Amino acid sequence: MDILVANSTILIGMAVVFGLFMAWGIGANDVANAMGTSVGSGALTFKQAVIIAAIFECAGAVLAGGEVTKTIRKGIVDVSSLGSTPELLVYGMLASLLAAGIWLLVATRMGWPVSTTHSIVGAIVGFGAVGIGMEAVQWGKVGTIALSWVTSPLMAGAIGFALFRSIQKLIIDTEDPLEKAKKYVPYYIFLVGFIMAMVTLLKGLKHVGVKLPFDQNMIYAALIGVIFAVIGTFMIKRLKFSKKEDKKFHYTNMEKIFGVLMIFTAIAMAFAHGSNDVANAIGPVAAVVGIVSSAGEIASKSATPVWILLLGGGGIVFGLATYGHKVIATVGSGISELTPSRGFAATLAAATTVVVASGTGLPISTTHTLVGAVIGVGLARGIGALNMGVIQTIFLSWIITLPAGAILSILFFFFFKGAFS
Amino acid sequence: MVRRSPISNMFAGSPIKPLQEHISKAHEAVKKLEPFFVAVIAKDYEQAAILEREIHRLEVEADDLKHSLRIQLPNSLFMPMPRERILDIVLNQDRLANKSKEIAGYVIGRQMAIPEELADLLVELVKQSVASSRQAKKIVNELDELVEVGFRGREVNTVEEMINDLDDIEYGADKLGTQINNALFVIEKNLDPIDAVFLYRVIQNVGEVADIAQRVGARLELLLAR
Repeated sequence: MDILVANSTILIGMAVVFGLFMAWGIGANDVANAMGTSVGSGALTFKQAVIIAAIFECAGAVLAGGEVTKTIRKGIVDVSSLGSTPELLVYGMLASLLAAGIWLLVATRMGWPVSTTHSIVGAIVGFGAVGIGMEAVQWGKVGTIALSWVTSPLMAGAIGFALFRSIQKLIIDTEDPLEKAKKYVPYYIFLVGFIMAMVTLLKGLKHVGVKLPFDQNMIYAALIGVIFAVIGTFMIKRLKFSKKEDKKFHYTNMEKIFGVLMIFTAIAMAFAHGSNDVANAIGPVAAVVGIVSSAGEIASKSATPVWILLLGGGGIVFGLATYGHKVIATVGSGISELTPSRGFAATLAAATTVVVASGTGLPISTTHTLVGAVIGVGLARGIGALNMGVIQTIFLSWIITLPAGAILSILFFFFFKGAFS
Repeated sequence: MVRRSPISNMFAGSPIKPLQEHISKAHEAVKKLEPFFVAVIAKDYEQAAILEREIHRLEVEADDLKHSLRIQLPNSLFMPMPRERILDIVLNQDRLANKSKEIAGYVIGRQMAIPEELADLLVELVKQSVASSRQAKKIVNELDELVEVGFRGREVNTVEEMINDLDDIEYGADKLGTQINNALFVIEKNLDPIDAVFLYRVIQNVGEVADIAQRVGARLELLLAR
């Protein structure tokens, strides 16, 4: 315990630096993937996407990111068994951050579509099992997390399928798709706002000290949904349509309305991503800061400090600003097959899945969820062609990511242990 | 270096645009048959030869498009329609261009003269065949709309109607073919026997262009029935 007190400044400093490094990596890659569909479908310009991401990633992290942070911080490794050696957890968390950050960097360089969530969970499980002991890892929780990596793409796929079918039924397959789009799209926008607000109110806000009864939450969430819908309706009113554009592709004008909708789903996606993936970087930071500042008191029940959530959000925005915009450009220019109506169905499905998972504290992979959602739209026969080879690679990549994160974090763990004691 | 994101890599090039480009190229070749036969009937073989070369060039270009489309369709694609059907459609589209090239080729090769009695009917038949090909092209151009609606509902009905129209146009070509054959039968004794044989063949081949166009439509119909 003296070790912690003597080195408190350097330990917290390292946690902050490693956390920023990891957040930077998330911003540079993951966010770009999440926002790319909106740019790719032509709904947002690049700059708009970056601005939306900057604002709503932070909002998601601060408002709804607490639950996942808690899971990362103390849901994977059983802290109570550490007793007299809390410094082990500090080394382990530092090692995990560094391991996941480095793995992310390497994978980015090599062009492997790895998941930040898988890297950090693998790393924590790795140091926990080897550095502390097999029994310290809460395998039940790890099992639930691992299972969610299968169920979340499935869920996103099912929602994507259902959403796209509903668009077909209500809007596309009608006498006048343009009029129907004007009529129904605001309801979809309401749905976006409602889902985001609901999860934030139910699960997120208690970390910043607000807790309301359920029915009040419903009312507030509905209110936010309505505000969204009103703004959206106003934006749709400002659109200009011309019959001529429908000549070549009958749904050109209708798709313009979905373009407005995509702006809102992009917001939802950024928010969802912030609420889930930011925790990957700041969960370990929060753990280190919590232990060090209470001089070894692990069992402290305090919520994640807001400054740490902001640190994560800031790091992500920094990553996005310095590198992510390039990735968005390549994502954007590559997706010609993604019309706004398809993009909307896929993105909202993914965002909903992620937001719900965040509410229950499950760290899931945004990238894989998005993949699942896109396949869902594809199954509704709505996408011209998907590259199954790439999809396989994406799913295979997490099999290597877990052991890679684990091995790296074990190495760093023993390094830190040797260096400090 | 900036890598391409896995998410954007997921979206493979849809075969629909290339399919549409291919049929417009093939149709361009078919369309040239009309001025070609007008020139032949007027015995302007110089002009006809120029048109024959153009048809040939268009056929080669359509071939190139066909090849690149086939290369673009690896086994690892997940598409809203079966790959064999796509390949089948492009094969038939390609036959439109091939047939036009063939017809123009031996009309020029033999410097064929069209008897006056047949001239008007033949031009009619060519027009009808071009119309079938145009209708097939129109249907293929609906494919992106079909994907937008997920091959369901109203749009499917629209396309089915277009396919019925194509059948009607082809039926018209058939009838014209019979008429022109009868007209040729009346005058065949006065013609050089070999010329007569080749005239029958030209008539048959021009009619086949409509047949092929109809087959493109029939293949597309199979995409709707699932």
